[in-house]
Amino acid sequence: MREISAEQITKTVKKLCIEANCRLPQDIKCSIEQSLESEPFDTAKGILSKIIENYNIAENEYKPICQDTGAACVFINIGQDVHVIGNLTEAINEGVRQGYKDGFLRKSMVKDPLHRENTKDNTPAMIYYDIVEGDKIDITLAPKGFGSENMSRIKMLKPSDGVEGVIDFVLQTVELAGSNPCPPIVVGVGIGGTFDKCAYLAKKALTRSADSENPNPYYGELEKTLLEKINKLGIGPQGFGGKTTALAVNIETMPTHIAGLPVAVNINCHVTRHVREVI
Amino acid sequence: MEIKINLPLTKDKLKTLKAGDSCLLSGVMYTGRDAAHKRLFELINEGKDLPVDIKDSTFYFVGPTPKKDGEPIGSAGPTTSYRMDAYSPSLIAMGQTGMIGKGIRNDDVINAMKTYGAVYFGAIGGCGALLSKCIKKCEVVAYEDLGTEAIHRLEVEDFPVVVIIDSEGNNLYKTGREAYLKSLREDI
Repeated sequence: MREISAEQITKTVKKLCIEANCRLPQDIKCSIEQSLESEPFDTAKGILSKIIENYNIAENEYKPICQDTGAACVFINIGQDVHVIGNLTEAINEGVRQGYKDGFLRKSMVKDPLHRENTKDNTPAMIYYDIVEGDKIDITLAPKGFGSENMSRIKMLKPSDGVEGVIDFVLQTVELAGSNPCPPIVVGVGIGGTFDKCAYLAKKALTRSADSENPNPYYGELEKTLLEKINKLGIGPQGFGGKTTALAVNIETMPTHIAGLPVAVNINCHVTRHVREVI
Repeated sequence: MEIKINLPLTKDKLKTLKAGDSCLLSGVMYTGRDAAHKRLFELINEGKDLPVDIKDSTFYFVGPTPKKDGEPIGSAGPTTSYRMDAYSPSLIAMGQTGMIGKGIRNDDVINAMKTYGAVYFGAIGGCGALLSKCIKKCEVVAYEDLGTEAIHRLEVEDFPVVVIIDSEGNNLYKTGREAYLKSLREDI
């Protein structure tokens, strides 16, 4: 049994919070730069150039790319042969607390959804635990802005709706979102599971690299089809018109019930942040 | 070609602006988002005085990140505007003439803009580091307890925005998309 201290987890989470918010991951940068090359519309080209200028300033001056430094979403895979010394959940929250304070990141969390008093330290983190084989702890930190989170949707389709139903729902969600989620967007799609697991899949899909493909060729192809259809809508960067409405579509699936076809769409803006470290 | 505008945005200035115009704003504007708008709205409904001079004012829908030493403000890009739709018509009726945000507005807001004269500008969402360069001074003028959501008085220089909806109700989100789709048909 390998032992890992709570302090080490706190230190890692703190570092990842700051890094994720100040440095856009390479896959998203590449995708934006490629979009600029293939974008035919001048207004859209202008916006994409500004987006590139912005993330370069953020990285050089090590300041937040976007003022919405997000809800701290933490995907944590814990090896079953690891023993954490101390309180794991508290260790993660302490990392968020320290990272958001020392990194000059915005504190955006409220204690109660209706009474809305700010917690002033961006806790609690939104933590997704998974127990896996091995003796390591694998942490992905993905700060999630709410301009795009608010545009996300879930629907319990009928099995007879099939793949056409899934495609329609994704396109409808992107169309309804329009200019609100700061396009160009990354589209996370969850298909299958239960109501809640499906939403989780859509969020998890956003942590996958924008240049990756679903390992199942059928879903890899569906990702391409959806991206192509989304980029024919004409919404464009910031909604001012153009080809580049989405940078990527990532699909995650799981088995589901004979009676159901759940589909969830979690939208992310062009500041799609995800950074990973294995302890 | 960018149009330089000195704030406050008076009615004669805003009447000349058309959806799609690129502008550089200089002068004083106020920040305000969900929580501050709710408080202003409640004061208006109670017939009480507002903590800022609303006449010809421009509000930037933003909640900045904390500033580092030596900076006037942290990253400061626009937040999504539709969450202010419930409050904006009242503020416009009180004399507010400019709003800066991103995303669609509802018909109530657009009708108020046409009736009283106001413009809705867009700043590039997700570009908070870049936009903060144009903010030269920042101080809290009301609701300090709201933290990032407090009303800040900003002094800006050549702050880049695009007119999304003008005072006649023309909307760049419609016209821009149509122009792009039309350009595709012309290519064929």
